[in-house]
This record gives sequence, structure tokens and C-alpha cells, in this order.
Amino acid sequence: MKARQKRLTLIVAGLLLLGGAAALILNAFQDNLVFFHTPTEVAEGKAPTGRTFRVGGLVEAGSIKRAADGITVNFVVTDTAKSIPVSYSGPLPDLFREGKGAVVQGKLAADGHFEASEVLAKHDENYMPPEAQHAVDQAHEASRTMSQ
Amino acid sequence: MTRSRFNIFRFAVPQNFYPLAGKLAPIFAVTAAVLFLAGLWISFFIAPTDAQQGEVYRVIFIHVPAAWMSMFIYLVMAFWSAVGLVFNTRLSAMMAHALAPTGAMFCFVALWTGALWGRPTWGAYWVWDARLTSQLLLLFLYFGYIALINAIDDPRRADKAGAILALVGAINVPIIYFSVKWWNTLHQGASVSLTKAPSMATTMLMGMLVMAFAAWAYTIAVTLWRVRSLILERERNAEWVNEELDRLEAAA
Amino acid sequence: MNWGSAEAFWNMGGAATFVWGSYAVTLIVIVVELILLFQRRKNTVSRLLRLRRGRSARRQPANVSESP
Repeated sequence: MKARQKRLTLIVAGLLLLGGAAALILNAFQDNLVFFHTPTEVAEGKAPTGRTFRVGGLVEAGSIKRAADGITVNFVVTDTAKSIPVSYSGPLPDLFREGKGAVVQGKLAADGHFEASEVLAKHDENYMPPEAQHAVDQAHEASRTMSQ
Repeated sequence: MTRSRFNIFRFAVPQNFYPLAGKLAPIFAVTAAVLFLAGLWISFFIAPTDAQQGEVYRVIFIHVPAAWMSMFIYLVMAFWSAVGLVFNTRLSAMMAHALAPTGAMFCFVALWTGALWGRPTWGAYWVWDARLTSQLLLLFLYFGYIALINAIDDPRRADKAGAILALVGAINVPIIYFSVKWWNTLHQGASVSLTKAPSMATTMLMGMLVMAFAAWAYTIAVTLWRVRSLILERERNAEWVNEELDRLEAAA
Repeated sequence: MNWGSAEAFWNMGGAATFVWGSYAVTLIVIVVELILLFQRRKNTVSRLLRLRRGRSARRQPANVSESP
């Protein structure tokens, strides 16, 4: 019984130590673990603007515009507080839509707009049939007109 | 051997657990098959199309149960490893060994289906976000565990080394689970959790849960069958294994 | 019922590659695991039987009486 308790104590202590170490390491690497930065972070200068990085947020409603060349797409990524204009030429994922999430990878140009080399769609964790989605949208619309 | 009252610890003895596992495994296998067929039926014929993603979302019925199972099996492995280290019971290490291949299988399935789901929805098979990276690490932990216990000849030392790796690696499981909350990830958050109502239509949720239960039953059946082989190997010098071999030889 | 025809079912709204690719590979790895599982059982039993025959060939079987 004595030896058993000793082993148990050792294991628990070992696990606590490891857990603590892991927590410290994770905390230290926190900045590198984020997949993208928000437009607010970019505005605050917290994003690594010197090199290629990713910006994530919602594609602002009504902001998607095809340029005259027919290839380049311009849109605005927003986190509702700040927003960044983005230009991109290339294939867009199916779920890339206005009002939905997107993550763009690229560089900040001198004029402050973001030149994307890759666009990913970030969808949410809600799954429902189209009729239910329609009902949700209508309820959303109703509450918005009520509050105005 | 004769004991007047039922004692659960009786089954911690390999000799007693071996026939019990042999009886239970087929029951769980049949349960798994039935649940799996029911789950497939719900997944394709009852669950409706998703408003956002269309039909491609149906990957979820495999992806999420496989991902849950891959994390849960690792935790159970760590649990048996801890029991083995503390109480020095032979069977617990064997249980941990028997779970590992199935855990690795589910982990691979979660990654594979995730890649095939990511391409049409996100626009990429793979990204190095925290969720995907930590899940990949889980696969390597499974591989590492299996390689380690097979690399050490002395079973006692193999058990111990494996147990330590299982316990250390268990830290990765909460990291996988909470990665979508702790960091910005491309991977979406959990649709089903203990803290909030599921954000899924009921029939979709049903399909996912039935498939998850099928995966549970499958894991139990396969693990019990695998542990029977392990028990025979490890206890080969015991008289009862000798008798079991007599029976198997006569049946062959 | 979601599907008007068998064709629509197999087409999966244009996502056939991704949906069926997921389900097929999952099925394959499950079947592979089951095959390996029963092969292992067979190998274990035959190996132990071989070991036992080897042992009893070297020395006369010391028939241990029924353990209590």
C-alpha cells in the first residue's frame, strides 16, 4: 500500500509538472498559434505586417466587386469594429459569400489595402435545412426592422 | 477460485477476463453493425440538406464521431496506463495496448474526412491551424505509442514506457478540444457540447449521435477481441492457456 | 427522402468525390483493421501451438495436475 501511494503521488506530481510546463509553453507561443489576425489587431499594429500574414473576419455585405479586368475581386473583411479592403485574383471557395467568414493570406500594400494570395472560407458550426435557415433569416430581418 | 459473492475485481485477472471478453465482443460487434446501418440511413435519407454547405456536409456523420473517438480512446488509454502504473495490474496495460490501433484508425479517419470536407468548403485540404495541427500530433502520438511498446522486448518495461507516453500525450487531448476556443482557427467551433444547446437540426444531430454510438460499440468489440490475443501471448506459460490451446487445437 | 433519383443520390449535389471519398476510405480502413485483427488472433494461436509442440518434443510433457 505504501509503495502504491508513493507511485501515485509521483505520477500526479509528474503530470502536474508537465501540465504546468505545457501551459507555460502554450502561453509563450500563443501569438504563433493563431491562424489569423483580426482587422482590429491589424489596425493596432499587432499583426506582423512586414511579412505575409493572414487576416480573418466577415466579408462585408455588398462589398464584393469584380474589377474591370474580370479576374481581380475586391471585397472588405471586417470584424465589425475595423475593416480592411482586400484585393484578390484567383479561385474563390464555394462558401465564400458576403456576410460569411473568410480568412485571407497575403501582404499589406503601401496604400493600406490587403493584397491576398489565398482566400479561405470560414464557415460556422450551425447546420440546418434551407427552410430553417430561411426562417432564421426572416426572424433576423424582422428584429432588425423592429429596432430601427 | 470459488468465491461466495460477485466481485468486479475478479475480472481484473486475465484468466477470468479472457472468456468474458470472448462473450461480450460479438454482442458489441452486432450492436455496432446495427447502429452503423441505422446511422448511415439517417445520414443519407433522413437528415436534410444543409442550407450553407449543401450535401457535402454529410461528411460530418463520419468526421465528428471519428474525431470524438480518437480523443476519447486516447484518454481511456491514459486511464488504463495510470491504473497499470499505480496498481501494477497486468490487464490494464494490455487494455491500453489493445486500444491504440483503433484510436489511430479513428484519428486517421478524422484527418482524412476533414481534408475531403475542407477542400470544397474552406478551399483547402489542409491548413496549419491549431485544431488540425494538434489532431495531427495525436496521430503521431498513437504511432509513437505503438512503435514504442513494440520496440521494447521486456513486456514490463514496454508497459511502463508506453504508459508514460500515454499519460504525457493525454495533455494534447484538451488542447485539441479547446483549440477552437483558445485561438483563432479556420476550423469552426463545436456544434455539440455540454455547455450549450446543439447548433444542428435534430435529425442531423441524431445521425451524428447514432454514428458515434456505433463507433463506441465497434471500439469495444475490436478492443476486446484484440486484448484476447494479447492475453494469450502474455499468459502463455499459464496452465489455463495450455487448456485453452487444447480446446483450440481440438476445434481446428 | 432527399433524393429524386439514384443518380441524384450518387451525385451528392456535385460533392460526390468528397462525400464518397470519405465514406469509402472509412469503410476500407475498418475492413483492414478487422482483417488484421483476425489475422493476429490466428497467428497468435498457431505460434503458441508451435511453441508448445517444440517444448513437449524436447522433454516429456510434465502433466501438471489441475490447478485449484
